[in-house]
Amino acid sequence: MPGYEEILKEFLGILKPFAKDGQRLDEQTDLVADLGLDSLRVMKLLVEVEDRFDVSMPLNFLPNVRTIKDFVLQLQHILGEGH
Amino acid sequence: MGILDKFQQVEATRRALAEKGVKSITVVMEEILSPTEATINGRRTILAGTNNYLGLTFDPECIKAACQALWEEGTGTTGSRMANGTFSGHVALERELADFFGCRGAIVFSTGYLANLGMLAALAGPGDVILLDADCHASIYDGCRLGAAEVIRFRHSDVADLEKRLRRLGDRSANCLILVEGIYSMLGDRAPLKEIAAVKAQYGACLVVDEAHSVGVLGERGRGLAEEAGVEESVDFIVGTFSKSLGAIGGFAVSNHPQLELIRYASRPYIFTASPSPSTIASTRTALAILRARSELRSRLWENARRLYQRLTELQFVLGPEVSPIVAVRFPNPEQAVLLRDGLLERGVYVNLVLPPATPDGGALLRCSVSAGHTPEQMDRICEAFASLRQVLDAAPAPQ
Repeated sequence: MPGYEEILKEFLGILKPFAKDGQRLDEQTDLVADLGLDSLRVMKLLVEVEDRFDVSMPLNFLPNVRTIKDFVLQLQHILGEGH
Repeated sequence: MGILDKFQQVEATRRALAEKGVKSITVVMEEILSPTEATINGRRTILAGTNNYLGLTFDPECIKAACQALWEEGTGTTGSRMANGTFSGHVALERELADFFGCRGAIVFSTGYLANLGMLAALAGPGDVILLDADCHASIYDGCRLGAAEVIRFRHSDVADLEKRLRRLGDRSANCLILVEGIYSMLGDRAPLKEIAAVKAQYGACLVVDEAHSVGVLGERGRGLAEEAGVEESVDFIVGTFSKSLGAIGGFAVSNHPQLELIRYASRPYIFTASPSPSTIASTRTALAILRARSELRSRLWENARRLYQRLTELQFVLGPEVSPIVAVRFPNPEQAVLLRDGLLERGVYVNLVLPPATPDGGALLRCSVSAGHTPEQMDRICEAFASLRQVLDAAPAPQ
């Protein structure tokens, strides 16, 4: 199972096309407030993450996610459970 | 941040839409003239966006039954099904629905939305998994949120993706509820139900089909996609509504599982809502009898659906993937959809304007729905209105 840093690096790569030109992304970047992701783009992001990590991500985790760090921690947890 | 500050975002979205020409999403029907005509903005208008598939809202027998119930049983039940809100009509309708679907039991809910909330929240609890088609209706998503199960989406109508996700679940697939629709409400496409039923059987999961837009529309007897696809035995629960082909309001679930009866005791949206009014139940019972007896309504509906789909294809509009009573005209941006919607209204034709996030792909839709009640002359006028607007649309400047 990949570690936190590895997942973070991969996730930042997936997130890049969702960011504005030149926008700096780090663990504290807020997916809604900073990146302006609406519900449709969040779902698109989810599908891309699922494909890249070959995992099913339950929608239930979304209310607990605000920042990139939150997302990566949730993803790490889900990968550990082997969904 | 105050409690009301979150509405600033809604206001910003509304303002952005107004700048694109959408003054109001809601169109007011000033007078309802028939199942297929109303007065809108003072103009006699053909309704081509109502879900009134069999055109039964003005059926004299349905109206007579509703009036009689009003006089004999009053305007409302003033109570929940679990308390004082179960009248003999509710029980009779449940019996008639079970008989129509050839199922052991049925439950009547107050709306189709509540039927999904009530069934899904009760069926899938802690430790269970829900696999739902990504394009499922909001009521299905909300039903999932009301329960405590894990909720996972699969790609729209993608059986391979569904199978992959079931496989990942391992032993948990036996505690999995698969949710799909007979006809999807936005694009009018059918679920690949035969293939989904096979995958469901392979993994020992449970299958729920929402037939809101397919009852009265698909199948030799009008029972929906499960009947048309020949997989009724494989579907564990069917959920549906009275607000489309049956021309009223309300919802239902039918099943052969004896546990359906126990859902009444576990479903908060069933227990904590007033039951449908007697007149609604009476008109629905009559409409169901008409649906069963008059298959020619279904034939006429499909004739109209084929006609509109073909004409709009000739006019080179981008449509949903298959012929259906829901004919979705797709646009990459809201401006063109608004232009066409307004042009249609000026020409006396009403269709639904659907904007993101309610659309499946983030584009905009003009969602037409035809009815068995549309006359050939009305269908001519709908097609002519689209044809006259084709050039207007082509000449319009591209949005910024």
